[in-house]
Amino acid sequence: MNVLSLFVLIPLLMLAALWAARSVGQVRGVMVTGASLLLILSVWLATDYIGLRHSGAADEMIYTASVSWYAPLHICYSVGVDGISVVMLLLSSIIVFTGTFASWRLKPLTKEYFLWFTLLSLGVFGFFISTDLFTMFMFYEVALIPMYLLIGVWGSGRKEYAAMKLTLMLMGGSAFLLIGILGIFYGAGGTTMNLLEIARLHIPYEMQRLFFPLIFLGFGVLGALFPFHTWSPDGHASAPTAVSMLHAGVLMKLGGYGCFRVAMYLMPEGAALWGDVFLVLTTISVIYGAFSAVVQTDLKYINAYSSVSHCGLVLFALLMMTRTSCTGAILQMLSHGLMTALFFALIGMIYGRTHTRDVRLMGGLMKIMPFLAVGYVIAGLANLGLPGLSGFVAEMTVFVGSFQNDDTFHRVCTLVATTSIVVTAVYILRVVGKILYGSVQNPEHLKLTDATWDERVAVICLIACVAGLGLAPFWASDLISQSVEPIISQLIK
Amino acid sequence: MDITEILRMNAELSLAAVFVLMFLLDLFLPAQQRHWLRPMACILLAVQLLATLWPEETVLFGGMYHSTPMASVLKSILSIGTLLVFLQAGTWLDRDDTRHKQGEFYVLTLSTLLGMYFMVSAGHFLLFFLGLELATVPMACLVAFDKYKGHSAEAGAKFILSALFSSGIFLYGISMIYGTVGTLYFADIPAALTGTPLQILALVFFFSGLAFKLSLVPFHLWTADTYQGAPTTVGAYLSVISKGAAAFALMAILTKVFAPMTEQWSQMLCIIIVATITVANLFAIRQNHLKRFMAFSSISQAGYILLAVLSGTPQGMASLVYYIVVYIVANLAVFGVINAIEQHTHGKVCREDYNGLYQTNPRLTMVMTLALFSLAGIPPFAGFFSKFFVFASAFHSGYYVVVFIALVNTIISLYYYLLIVKAMFIVPNETPIATFRTAAPMRLSLLACVAGIFVLGIVSSIYQLLNDTALL
Repeated sequence: MNVLSLFVLIPLLMLAALWAARSVGQVRGVMVTGASLLLILSVWLATDYIGLRHSGAADEMIYTASVSWYAPLHICYSVGVDGISVVMLLLSSIIVFTGTFASWRLKPLTKEYFLWFTLLSLGVFGFFISTDLFTMFMFYEVALIPMYLLIGVWGSGRKEYAAMKLTLMLMGGSAFLLIGILGIFYGAGGTTMNLLEIARLHIPYEMQRLFFPLIFLGFGVLGALFPFHTWSPDGHASAPTAVSMLHAGVLMKLGGYGCFRVAMYLMPEGAALWGDVFLVLTTISVIYGAFSAVVQTDLKYINAYSSVSHCGLVLFALLMMTRTSCTGAILQMLSHGLMTALFFALIGMIYGRTHTRDVRLMGGLMKIMPFLAVGYVIAGLANLGLPGLSGFVAEMTVFVGSFQNDDTFHRVCTLVATTSIVVTAVYILRVVGKILYGSVQNPEHLKLTDATWDERVAVICLIACVAGLGLAPFWASDLISQSVEPIISQLIK
Repeated sequence: MDITEILRMNAELSLAAVFVLMFLLDLFLPAQQRHWLRPMACILLAVQLLATLWPEETVLFGGMYHSTPMASVLKSILSIGTLLVFLQAGTWLDRDDTRHKQGEFYVLTLSTLLGMYFMVSAGHFLLFFLGLELATVPMACLVAFDKYKGHSAEAGAKFILSALFSSGIFLYGISMIYGTVGTLYFADIPAALTGTPLQILALVFFFSGLAFKLSLVPFHLWTADTYQGAPTTVGAYLSVISKGAAAFALMAILTKVFAPMTEQWSQMLCIIIVATITVANLFAIRQNHLKRFMAFSSISQAGYILLAVLSGTPQGMASLVYYIVVYIVANLAVFGVINAIEQHTHGKVCREDYNGLYQTNPRLTMVMTLALFSLAGIPPFAGFFSKFFVFASAFHSGYYVVVFIALVNTIISLYYYLLIVKAMFIVPNETPIATFRTAAPMRLSLLACVAGIFVLGIVSSIYQLLNDTALL
């Protein structure tokens, strides 16, 4: 059996074990075992992948395997990974692992919660290993639907509204995707659903012109492309902690990954035609998200808008279509995934204690819960791009790569987008100053306690990853830039 | 003509035998033995299934009867669906007010099934019409089965009136075909069809007749009232089995008999599909009564089924039959849950009644949720695959816009399916429906449906089989 199929098999076994579990202890046991196995597997995969590349494996994807599934429509269960997917798998397993600890004490219906949570991660893992358009789309939808119940049942605030809005908007995006996928399939002659094979065929220009925007929009909705980002703030604000982590950390990356791997890779001429239109939209996402975050007072809304801005940067960098900028885009996905998960984890932990997320009602938390407060400061600094942490590496690569385009339009867009860095500093430092320093706003808060052991596990893991990526980015950028090559050469051709 | 040819109609003969046996049992079984009726009906139908398992091409009586391999497969599917309905009927039929006439339920249902058999394997318009009537008239009795209830009687009256009206229109259309081409044999008509205005009118009339059966917009007005008034089991039967047979017959006749007029009927179909899916979805959003809700849901599902007709290819036929199978299991699961709850709570069928159901009846809630997800086309459930295949077949034939509108409509449908999921899981309720245990046959049927929802999608061999059969 192919080693990649383990990424689907382990969550499946976890689902079965969770179904059979009789107590909260057993549920936790299953989750920790499964999540650790996935983490070990993805770390092993990354090291083995690097080893294989060094020993001269030159294929575009490795560990490929394919089993025919629906032969009349040439649908196969095909898997394979390149550097980009390896990085994404690593990110997903880190977040699933830390998310498990972040929802350690979740009540009620713990078992059901983890069932849907595992189904969600099954979809995510399946998506990143697939090289078949149909299976990819299937896993994509598998990842979307558990969100409805996760937010609706275990969320807070306007959860029913937010859950419905999120589900319908993302499913709307997937309607675009489905027709786009059919367009690609029949446009490429209707003989294969495999990405790598379709990339070698040529889709007629008329089809590309029609279906590129559909696919890009379809994935773009998930990547928080303006003006289709409105599900994101409400959804993230209402979701329980681990779901916000997984959603902002990984699920939104499905959007960027799909735009790159499906829309731009398979339809380069369409990308050339429509690129500038979408570039304007993503520039708006970047700026608009940052400015919106400034005026919010709810911690989760601030971070959700910040995610819109940072995920906008991913699509922005992809559409700049240079080697450096695309590498930067993937780095940004990784970096943003880690730091936003850290942010949401910390916000969830603070909210669990103070029972408010309103910035105006908190203050002086540094004295009360130093561990969480320091974690929050580190997350904030990573977010605004402090050198030594992951955000700096990613944003630097993105902006340098974007500026390599020598025409005025791209350069103006880049300049506009860079202003988001300054705005990010404004909303991050404002919140840090307000809630962590200064006087204690609510005397009740003096009784609060600092992080418990399970929360510390989640936070320390994520901080280690953020710092690791910031201090030693070369292994990740090596992994990525080599795999960006085949896609970018299609685009530049 | 050789009269022994009749012996080669395996499926029909065996079903007629089951029908006669059940009729005799109903007549002669003493009162204290009547609880054997349901097991007997189920066993006999299961045995009858064996007669339809070997699909083959049969042409009898000079082409009057023409059963394609695909038609045999569909007959098996319809029988399996009916079997599931029989399993679900128990609690309702065991009530004091219906117990004395439960035999009639099986006899009437079997005779409609026989009618559908003739519909799908007709080779001549008159045989087709006979089948159609046989499938319709006993159905009206079934709809009005709880006749002492005003709703049920009203539903029966509405059903029979609209059904007879549509039959009249249908016959009128047939007469025009006979008038212009001089034959009613399916095999001979295409050669003489040229698309004259009178033939187009005939096509429209024929189509309207079947559209009533399929409850396509704008011929759907009877549906919601009938589903609401009819006993839930009958509603389930009406929504899946009868619809499946009509959809198959429609596709077979349009692609075979009206092949020279493809351009005309595909245009008509495009408009009807868009109208059906959109109108039904918009109406479904507002429904609070779950049986009315399922009526509109099933109207919109009929629209999706017709997407496969649009392609007109053997692959399209395979995806149509596949869609029908998947739709049967998902819809029967939903109706089964509605039925169980209605019987145990003495008539609770509104969405509010389901608030907080997960706290008390987690298993039923899960069955309902899976079935609704399958109807909405969410992977990894079978509905996702069946929707994908009908979309693919229509897309392949170039109907991009229709597919796009249908896809947008899946979002609307997801919204209203999620409303029920929301009621069951999310809406808080102090006094949800009390925990209860459903009857064993009902559980068996729900289990079969859930297995179908999983297996039909993940295991590709069923679709593969249908595809191979369609290409035969």
